[in-house]
Amino acid sequence: MKLPLSRIAHGRSGDKGNHANIAVIAYTDAGYELLKDKLTVEAVAGYFAPLGATRVERFEAANVRGLNFMLYDALAGGASGSLRTDTQGKTLAVTLLRMPIEVPADPEALVRPGERGT
Amino acid sequence: MKQHVRIGNGCGFWGDNLDAPVRLAAAGKLDYLTLEYLAELTMSILAVQLAKDPTAGFATDFVDVLTRLAPILNHLPQLKVVTNAGGMNPVGCAAAAREVLTKAGLPEKPIAVVGGDDLMPRLDELIAAGHEFKHLDSGDPLSSIRGKVVSANAYLGAKPIVDALKLGADIVITGRVADASLTVGPAAFEFGWDFTDSHLDRLAAATVAGHLIECGAQVTGGLWINADDDARLGNVGYPIAVMAEDGTFSITKPAGTGGAVNIETVVEQLLYEVADPAKYYTPDVVANFTTVQVKETETDVVAVTGGTANGVTDTYKVSIAYRDGYMAAGTLVIAGPHAVEKARQSAAVFLERLRRAGFTYAASHVEVLGAGATVPGVLKADHEPPEVVLRIAMKDSNRASIERFTKEFAPLVTGGFPGTTGYTTGRPPIREVFAFWPALVAKSAVTPTVNLI
Repeated sequence: MKLPLSRIAHGRSGDKGNHANIAVIAYTDAGYELLKDKLTVEAVAGYFAPLGATRVERFEAANVRGLNFMLYDALAGGASGSLRTDTQGKTLAVTLLRMPIEVPADPEALVRPGERGT
Repeated sequence: MKQHVRIGNGCGFWGDNLDAPVRLAAAGKLDYLTLEYLAELTMSILAVQLAKDPTAGFATDFVDVLTRLAPILNHLPQLKVVTNAGGMNPVGCAAAAREVLTKAGLPEKPIAVVGGDDLMPRLDELIAAGHEFKHLDSGDPLSSIRGKVVSANAYLGAKPIVDALKLGADIVITGRVADASLTVGPAAFEFGWDFTDSHLDRLAAATVAGHLIECGAQVTGGLWINADDDARLGNVGYPIAVMAEDGTFSITKPAGTGGAVNIETVVEQLLYEVADPAKYYTPDVVANFTTVQVKETETDVVAVTGGTANGVTDTYKVSIAYRDGYMAAGTLVIAGPHAVEKARQSAAVFLERLRRAGFTYAASHVEVLGAGATVPGVLKADHEPPEVVLRIAMKDSNRASIERFTKEFAPLVTGGFPGTTGYTTGRPPIREVFAFWPALVAKSAVTPTVNLI
């Protein structure tokens, strides 16, 4: 069974020059454990492959159930020189949150409290 | 010593809501109002303005904001303002601020100017002395693009702000100071933190506070993934950090305002524009965000504890901008059956006409917005949209080529495909591109200055 990442986590993205960061924050401890396993550097790098990042790195902030991804050289020039509409990677988080994630048969423990059983 | 210091940020970037600083100052019961105006490339734009006009080169929005703040400052004499609106010309900004305050009946209000961040006048001297300003990513020395450089500013820290407050300033106007340091400065001044090892964790904690509030409404409901109509973003309140001497603090917003402060809004902002969360580099301290604990203590109040230091660097980050050609981007709307395909065909026609006219471009980019173009290649529309926006952007070192490009949109309205519209705003503007060159410089090579005016 699969759920979109948005059921398990929220997030925000932005820029550092020509690099983008995407923070993914699990709603629950169980969700964080699952995402540490499923949302690997390879998975995120593959999902965003068309952006042409030279490297993807993942950092853990377990204190806030956060996984922070750095996508190096992913912004086609960044705020200054990129010809894209989204020069600053603002839409990368909401795009990643569409990613389907394989979850156990009973995913209640993963989703945002208050939105269970929906 | 105050038990708590209330620091509110009423501006997250140049272009932010003009009413926010006034509303926050009026309702926030603040000790300090911070106003943050400088993004990575703002300095290059201000440098070009300063080159044309010696009285320009600062964030002029601040002058309008101060005009509207003046009655509140009259009423709340203890409220202090700390801002990096000075940009490339903090002295000029202070002169404009002085004029505003004098007109408002506050001619004596002490203003301090923090400078020394502008390395441009000393750049060749510094390079000659062995400071290479190597590009942080590529490692190339600055000498490879020296002739194109328009601005070079070190990100100063909180210490000169503390010095300005010690001199009795009510308004502190700085050039390029790191965003979070606008918050760290007032906290360090009020609680008597020095910049030695004994207070590093407190400086790190205040850096967390500064990082959380520096983007204004981004911590109070703006960009919150779960924001909806109930979030009342139309009346969003701007953030306040309520700091204690031990470095613990709460994030909140004025009562009755819209938006939200909760664990989700705070954690989203905590990790915003962060690389390694264990090493958030600022001029004051390397802050560790992975030791931070957040707890919602009441509605719209989140307590933040546990920020710790991960050392201090002996370098300042330097933001360098250099001339990198010209660019423009224009849009048309394509509606009707097969809108996506027709938009692609329109782009092909557009590009062929420029080719036939003899123009070539260093870079071009076509987006069919509505068909999954903002993150190119990653997502596709799951149904055929009734209309799309065709956006074409181009860049080149030759301004005339870009000028010709901007004139090729209108002809598609008559000589393109049926269902083409949306050409009402005229030819797109041409903008000079300033590329960003991040580097480091030894702290010993930079001397921050503080002057009361």
